[in-house]
Amino acid sequence: MSGSSLYNAIMTERPTALILTAPGINCDEELCEAFTLAGANPIRVHIKQLVENPERLDEADLIGLPGGFSYGDAVAAGRIAAQVIRAHLWDGLRRAIERGVPMIAPCNGFQIAVQAGLLPGPDPDADLTDTPPSPRVALVDNESARFIDRWVRVEYPTDTICIWTRGLEPEPGGAMLPIAHGEGRFMSGGQLDSLQDSGRVAVRYAADDDPNGSEGAVAGICDASGLILGLMPHPERYTRWTQHPSWTRHGLDQLEGDPPGLAMFRNAVAWVRSHKSAAMQA
Amino acid sequence: MVIHRIEVGTRDGIDDARGRAALAAAAAAGVDPLPSRIRCSRVYLLDGDLDSTELAAVQSDLLGNPVTEDAVTGARDSGCHSVIEVHPLPGVMDPDADSVQLAIHSLLGRTVNIRTGVRYDMEGIDTEDARDLARRCLANTLIHHVHEGPYHPDSFLEGTDRIVEMPTIPLRDLDDDGLQKLSREGHLFLSLEEMQEIRSYYREAGRDPREIELETLAQTWSEHCVHKTLKATIAYEGPLPHGDRPGHVPIEGGRTRIDNLLKSTVAAATHELMADGIDWCLSVFVDNAGIIAFDETHAVCFKAETHNHPSALEPYGGAATGIGGCIRDVIGTGLAAKPIAATDIFCVAPLDTVDPPAGCLHPRRILSQVVGGVRDYGNRMGIPTLNGAVWFDDRHVGNPLVFCGCIGLMPRTLTHGDPQPGDRIIAMGGRTGRDGIHGATFSSAELTDSHADEFSHAVQIGNAITEKKMLDAILQARDHDGGPLYSAITDCGAGGFSSAVGEMGETLGAEVDLEKAPLKYAGLTASEIWISEAQERMVLAVPADKVRALQDICDANEVEMCDLGHFGNDRRELILRHHGTEVGRLSMELLHEGIPQSTKEARWSDPVQEPAGTQTMSVEDLLIGLLSHPNICSKERIIRQYDHEVQGRSVLRPMVGVHGNGPGDAAVIKPVADSNQGLGIGNGLATGLEEDPYLMVLAAIDECIRNLVCVGTDPERIAILDNFCWPGCNDPESLGLLVRAAEGCYDGAKAYRAPFISGKDSLNNQFTTEDGETIRIPPTLLISGMGIVKDIESCVTMDAKQAGNVLVCIGETTAAMGGSHALKICPDLQGDRSLPRTDLQAGPERARLVADIIAGRLAESAHDCSEGGLLLAAVEMAMAGGLGLSLESDKVVGELDLLTGCFAETPSRYLLEVRSDRLQEIESMLQGHPMTVLGSFTDDSTLVMDELRLDMSVLQDAWTNGLVI
Repeated sequence: MSGSSLYNAIMTERPTALILTAPGINCDEELCEAFTLAGANPIRVHIKQLVENPERLDEADLIGLPGGFSYGDAVAAGRIAAQVIRAHLWDGLRRAIERGVPMIAPCNGFQIAVQAGLLPGPDPDADLTDTPPSPRVALVDNESARFIDRWVRVEYPTDTICIWTRGLEPEPGGAMLPIAHGEGRFMSGGQLDSLQDSGRVAVRYAADDDPNGSEGAVAGICDASGLILGLMPHPERYTRWTQHPSWTRHGLDQLEGDPPGLAMFRNAVAWVRSHKSAAMQA
Repeated sequence: MVIHRIEVGTRDGIDDARGRAALAAAAAAGVDPLPSRIRCSRVYLLDGDLDSTELAAVQSDLLGNPVTEDAVTGARDSGCHSVIEVHPLPGVMDPDADSVQLAIHSLLGRTVNIRTGVRYDMEGIDTEDARDLARRCLANTLIHHVHEGPYHPDSFLEGTDRIVEMPTIPLRDLDDDGLQKLSREGHLFLSLEEMQEIRSYYREAGRDPREIELETLAQTWSEHCVHKTLKATIAYEGPLPHGDRPGHVPIEGGRTRIDNLLKSTVAAATHELMADGIDWCLSVFVDNAGIIAFDETHAVCFKAETHNHPSALEPYGGAATGIGGCIRDVIGTGLAAKPIAATDIFCVAPLDTVDPPAGCLHPRRILSQVVGGVRDYGNRMGIPTLNGAVWFDDRHVGNPLVFCGCIGLMPRTLTHGDPQPGDRIIAMGGRTGRDGIHGATFSSAELTDSHADEFSHAVQIGNAITEKKMLDAILQARDHDGGPLYSAITDCGAGGFSSAVGEMGETLGAEVDLEKAPLKYAGLTASEIWISEAQERMVLAVPADKVRALQDICDANEVEMCDLGHFGNDRRELILRHHGTEVGRLSMELLHEGIPQSTKEARWSDPVQEPAGTQTMSVEDLLIGLLSHPNICSKERIIRQYDHEVQGRSVLRPMVGVHGNGPGDAAVIKPVADSNQGLGIGNGLATGLEEDPYLMVLAAIDECIRNLVCVGTDPERIAILDNFCWPGCNDPESLGLLVRAAEGCYDGAKAYRAPFISGKDSLNNQFTTEDGETIRIPPTLLISGMGIVKDIESCVTMDAKQAGNVLVCIGETTAAMGGSHALKICPDLQGDRSLPRTDLQAGPERARLVADIIAGRLAESAHDCSEGGLLLAAVEMAMAGGLGLSLESDKVVGELDLLTGCFAETPSRYLLEVRSDRLQEIESMLQGHPMTVLGSFTDDSTLVMDELRLDMSVLQDAWTNGLVI
């Protein structure tokens, strides 16, 4: 195969997105659909299978930790899944991080990721170690102590290094994303400034629309590489305009292009393709 | 073995949201004295060999959060605060404990028994007051133990294995009194005729029944399972609506004999419609849910159920297991459907009720915990809860109604299943315990103040994750490469294995080895295993050569399954064994065809119309009163607790409008990923017209259709469900009410060409207080509906879109004010007291015409005009759109008086927002149906009608804050 046709193949092939499921995970279907729409090929793998065959993580070009109530959110949201990951899957995930695999973790996935040590992850210049980093930020009970489902107004910080949310344009009527959680209040553990200063806040609630009392109105953060995104909102539930909460007001003719949720997934798929082609050219 | 105790609480300086919420709940419940602060901690009791390193790891990594929490072994010093701990009673489902046990197994490779609890440190009140607070707000003693101080037992209470000989019940020699006594005291709740039938069967058989046989008969013949009242022959005395009625035969005394009420009304309408061209009903009344075609390759099914009695005693668990059971019905329909949407409708007593009778929980607690139960179960299952309503009435104080609905999606090729001879009987999902015993018979009895003690074992807590895992496994088994791995599936609901296996084996017979069922704890008798209604279980008929493949799928999903026996034997018998010994044998014929048919008397006379009232009120006062009436005001505080987005299929959610806070008429989802066809989901409830259930049902059907049409549903593709909740049916007058309602179902379904596809009834909703007073609920019929939306892109919502657009009413207001909310606000209000009648000619025509207008994209918004009347519906549209509204009163009221015109609740009226240049086109489409231009939307945030000027924000506040829970 010539160089250019190989390049074309990379730019059109569907990268593999590994979607981790577990007992009680229930947003895997829409996460798969979002990856499919964005041009990836999603594969669902149950955490039990992955613990038995952690090398399956090596097949992944992209990884998704979906939302839901893993293990019933017993003890705290995402806690048990995070402990299973720390005990059995860290090695595989570390290899994926080293390979530069973009990961997205909405809602319960975010809650799992912060406790598994994936987010905020190791310091930028620190080496990945055999043991996962201790949790340094937390997602705790909403200020209202209630589960809440609604669409919130959000902002994508222009200085973010996150490859998923970089360059997103707000839609007509302002940027919005759906949330649905009981434990989404972000506690930075004293790291808010350093996260903000390093461009690692990937999504923020609009100042007057913070649904859960998050510190710094943080809705999502990324790791030091910008590749791993965790966020309480659900971009995978915003991949067609008829999901917008007031699409009947704007009219579908006014809502053009990709909805921002889908745009995030396209960003990541594009990143994987360009990364692969760059590796090929190198 | 030692029990280790670990306690986890929020670190000082970090907000303890759960503690604050507990304090707020106590304040809302009017607890006095209130503590100045409540601090909340989680408690874990671990029974297993753990060394100190392992214990430390469990404590710091698994149970505590190092960023925000402190975890300690033992108990923290309580200081000067009162400490109360709430722990589940032994045997009560503890889902968190199950998950922690699984986690420890994954981390340490060992099984450690876990129990959980919650510790509350209450500042500023003494222990006795703290205990009272816990009992009122934080615990239910049916399922919880309330401990004073930290609870740290020496050991867990364990059951022990025992094999008890199956008792034989000497029944052959009992006289009628003896039979009735046995029926009541044995919690069989069978009638004398039924007990006599059983007696003659055993006299003929030459033996007495064994306990398990009697239990099986009681479950199978319960009202809950066979709907014997609705299927009875009825001798009806009173007027009937006009028209031919199948199964209605004139008899002596000017009366009418109705053979099988359900078949002659509700089901007859469906079958007549199917004979008359409706070809999209795929399965009606025979399965766990009714099924209709969605498109060429997909079908959708819908089931709604009530879980009233358990919700009265333990609202959180009752509602959660209610939705859990309804979801299992959908999973157990055909060869399994995937649940894609849920609905919930609650009827409770007003939240300002003072001192409910002994044995009744306060309605505020009932409502908030029922919402919590539906929320936690539905959200965990990953099913969006998209449609609902809440209705308030004093008479629900002892009998709240909890309706849960579920919609499923399935391939059209998998809508039917039948067990085959030799199929293995496979049970899947949760383990069997002593919980939920006698749920079916309990639900068929009336409640008294002592029921909480007598039937505490019928109360259960659900474990949604067990059900979710089971659902994942079943869908994989259904979609297996070589086709489904089973030939039939049903849920284990009321009656447990007894009903599930009994129904599946009806034509084949079945043989069951009861000791094969995995148990939650040792010590269950064979009868208990057989009739336990433990949650989250399904029964499948599996060909022997497919059991292995099914086992693999279960293993991969961490789901338990067991092989209980097989279907099919020569004599079509049900044979039950326990450790190899036969403990029961019954003929399927007796079980399913032996129930004696009874004839019941029913009487009805048209209600005497009350004279008109004398009072009047200002439009302003009445409008604000209605906006804040709990039946009408915003339910956002409830709705927002449900996930409406999960699965990513939602198109229109329950709340719509510029700020997402307007009351949508119906929900729309897009069930199939690559199709723009949608499914509308709505409901109708018109309890206000209870004086004549015939008119009540017609109004409810019309409302359900209106709601669906207003979002863009095709009225020719709507299927509906009936859920009867009746105060009782043991006297001719109550049964007369039921007959009237059933006749309404027949006429309504036929007129609207909306077939009933499934239904359910709960006919004993009365409560007897300790003083002997009987409180009977209003007769209630919920109509749930779903229908096809041809193209989701032509959906509309109810929020007004643009100032300058005009508001039109299609339909006509009549003077009848009976049953209206205006009368609830002002019972002596002047005006005509007759009940509004649904016009069965005009109503369906109008639904079709409005649907055409919406499909033609001629309406900017559409809203159903129902509770509260026309002015209220118009204000809702303006509020949801963030606009003002200018109306002309003579257009609103026409020939009527002002209050009647504004607030009458006449059926079959629609409000549309349209561009003024489209008025002519719309009018020409209406074929003479009345259309009135009422006024127009404005951008000056006031409601103007002649001299009346009201700030929209005042109206919005009244509507938003009417219900605070």
